[in-house]
Amino acid sequence: MAEGRVVGIDLGTTNSLVAFMQGETPVVIPGVDGSNLVPSVVALDPMPADGSRPTVTVGNSARRALIETPERVVYSVKRLMGRGLGEVQRELKFFPFRLAGDVQEGEVPRIQLGELQFTPPEISAYVLRQLKRNAERYFGAPVTQAVITVPAYFNDAQRQATKDAGRMAGLQVLRLVNEPTAAALAYGLDRAKEGTIAVYDLGGGTFDVSILKLRDGIFEVQSTNGDTHLGGDDIDNLLLTIALDEIHAEHGVDLRQHPGAVQGLRKAAIDAKIRLSAEQSAQFDIELPNGDRYQREIPRGVFEQLIEPVLERTAAPCKQAMTDAGITPEQIDEVVLVGGSTRIPAVRQLVDELFHLAARGKKPHTDLNPDEVVALGAAVQAEILAGTAKNTEDLLLLDVTPLSLGIEALGGVVARIIPRNSTIPASATEHFTTGVDGQTNVAIHVVQGERELAADCRSLARFDLKGIPPMTAGLPRIEVKFLIDADGILQVSAREQRSGKQAQIEVKPTYGLTDEQVESMILESFDNAEADFAARLLIEARNEAESIQSKVELARQHPAWALLTSDEQKMVDAAERHLAKVKAGSDLNALRQGIMVLDQATRRLAELMMDAAVTEAIRGKTMQAAGEDLDEELTAPHPMAPAEFK
Amino acid sequence: MLKVIESAVPVACWSCSVAHNESTLFCPHCSKIQPPSGGDFFSVFGLKPCLNLDLMGLEHEFHRLSRRLHPDRFARASESERQWSLADTALLNDAYRTLRDPIHRTEYLLKLHGAEIGEEHSGKDRKDPSRVPADLLEEVFELNMQLEEMRAARKMGEDDPALLASLEQAKAKFDGLLDEVDESLRAQWRKWDEGDAGARAAAQKEMVALLDRRRYLNNLVRDVTETLGA
Ligand SMILES: [Zn+2]
Repeated sequence: MAEGRVVGIDLGTTNSLVAFMQGETPVVIPGVDGSNLVPSVVALDPMPADGSRPTVTVGNSARRALIETPERVVYSVKRLMGRGLGEVQRELKFFPFRLAGDVQEGEVPRIQLGELQFTPPEISAYVLRQLKRNAERYFGAPVTQAVITVPAYFNDAQRQATKDAGRMAGLQVLRLVNEPTAAALAYGLDRAKEGTIAVYDLGGGTFDVSILKLRDGIFEVQSTNGDTHLGGDDIDNLLLTIALDEIHAEHGVDLRQHPGAVQGLRKAAIDAKIRLSAEQSAQFDIELPNGDRYQREIPRGVFEQLIEPVLERTAAPCKQAMTDAGITPEQIDEVVLVGGSTRIPAVRQLVDELFHLAARGKKPHTDLNPDEVVALGAAVQAEILAGTAKNTEDLLLLDVTPLSLGIEALGGVVARIIPRNSTIPASATEHFTTGVDGQTNVAIHVVQGERELAADCRSLARFDLKGIPPMTAGLPRIEVKFLIDADGILQVSAREQRSGKQAQIEVKPTYGLTDEQVESMILESFDNAEADFAARLLIEARNEAESIQSKVELARQHPAWALLTSDEQKMVDAAERHLAKVKAGSDLNALRQGIMVLDQATRRLAELMMDAAVTEAIRGKTMQAAGEDLDEELTAPHPMAPAEFK
Repeated sequence: MLKVIESAVPVACWSCSVAHNESTLFCPHCSKIQPPSGGDFFSVFGLKPCLNLDLMGLEHEFHRLSRRLHPDRFARASESERQWSLADTALLNDAYRTLRDPIHRTEYLLKLHGAEIGEEHSGKDRKDPSRVPADLLEEVFELNMQLEEMRAARKMGEDDPALLASLEQAKAKFDGLLDEVDESLRAQWRKWDEGDAGARAAAQKEMVALLDRRRYLNNLVRDVTETLGA
């Protein structure tokens, strides 16, 4: 097989990016719209009239659909990766998506999107496919191999789900890299530093902290800790809850039943959060249908008080990581900040206190864009694996497993076999025997976690050792080898030692898809042969052109169109005519150029439509809500549960 | 998800067919990576079993071997080489994790020499009076009484400064005893490393007893810390 480039992918909760090594520097590959960030949002276009399968769109265009057709859009799906039914149900309280009605306990939950259903790995696969296409467009060549980053604190099932998503997207995942470690790689590349560094990574939906020792180009992780349920989303939910409650109390309108309005308000909450990082206060200012305005001033002090409990939850993992690494804050030479939420001044203040920075005349490192640094590091790791560049040939990443691996022993107690923070790959060999004469099966339950009882840990898999030769109880000696690979995923092998027979293992993963299921979910794609590839790029570009053309046609009907100056309108007209012309030809570059020009010409229009959507969604909803109020109790299919705050 | 791994062990180098010493991870003839050998953790680092280790040297060797063995170096190699790199690196990491820690290292060496140690063989029921080291019997009895009292007081929401002080004093004492055990262990290391077969056998016996005592003290300190912290 031709070995092309290996790209580095940050598959984020909120945004995803793809990067590669350009010479000695990692760079992010922009999408067609020129943006480095692809929002991790997936939308299903309306059902075509001929009943064929609707198109799936990803990124900014999908985000626009959030307000108009929220029941056909899904985001933050990373929070659902590798999780069981119960966990997903709890998670969905905070999101407007619905589970498919017929999901059974024990199977991978499916999300209902319009008429169709998708598992979380499938949704992630669409995001990955978009990144793959962006890279292929950039290189003009197929991309089939990638390094994908995951939160350091992801467990086995979450890692496997991410790998499955890669496979569905047509990517061979050469390695899963932990996000904080990737960030450290991006920072360490050009400084040949020695010393101990801490990476504090507060992303959209997950928190990680890792402590690494750098020496002779070896990045050796000492310890890692985190929370896969903590991130910027939680802060958004707090602000959103305030707005929803206040609108309800002051204006008698309960917006919770109406996903479109909630999404509009969520956008306003995110905007306010972002403004509060630079300014001393931010405002909600939303027009309500009765002529009232919902106006709310949020001073930074109030905001900081509000989010304190969220931020405080990052402190314990940081302290535990230092304890596990056997170091004090004073022994940390540098701190690297990763993730958009680390732009919040209160977060920086907390980091300063946790690692005693200002007191030692130090500052955290923020010189690389916190949204991009993980993808850049993934590109470095991709280059290390490709083994083709001089400046990465001496670099080596030694990562650890975040959670202890154990097996359930008598009485439901966990026997720990590989402790957390062990350098991976790591292995352990255990011996099992039978309890009854003639017994030919032994059941083993593998768990991950730090608790004493198996029931309190995360169930990884149950498996049966079969085909044990019948012997007196206690006589068989079955050797089972547990191995955590470099991706942090478990592999198991077993052997009966007295008979020398390889014991058969039937593995039932507690969470996750079978090989056959993954195979059946692989996204259709063209063959990767060179000739086909050029044709495929042209077809994709034409599809893209059509999609943007139809969106512009719709936008002309929107009130926002009238808000454009006549010059702006003329520019859109011209860009549209030009695109129609190049679309008829087969010059790929001209076609791409045409798409970009039209996209740029309509950018202000899109912004105006987004702004209008918030007010509109609320207005539309209020009339509807008024009708419902008369008739019946409000029963929402997926209400927003109030976030807790004191 | 789990995957089943197969293991296969060729006798000679898979690449150049020259037979080689089993405890090497690379063929001495063609330098290609080999499947894990049957050797112990010490042999991974080219060491004979010993207890006094140069930790800086060990780390240096760990890094050197990691650079050659790590799966990152074999991302585009053959399927077998990738499997062996994975297994070899796991062995290297397991060996380094065990040998760099003085207690794990001692336990591992003793197990290599047939000693039975660890939670499953002793200290399982640490309340069992027969397991209490004889010289500590009285103090442990009193400590357990105080711990009970403390837990009861905590439950009632009461504070007993005198009891607290007494427990902290006990903890300091047991911490001190732990240091003494470690000191004695290090003395036995020297005897084992430098001694003949007879001296080694004696040192092994001593160390097994010291490790038992150490585990016992550790559990006590943990109990006190937990109760004080609750
Ligand atoms: Zn050879």
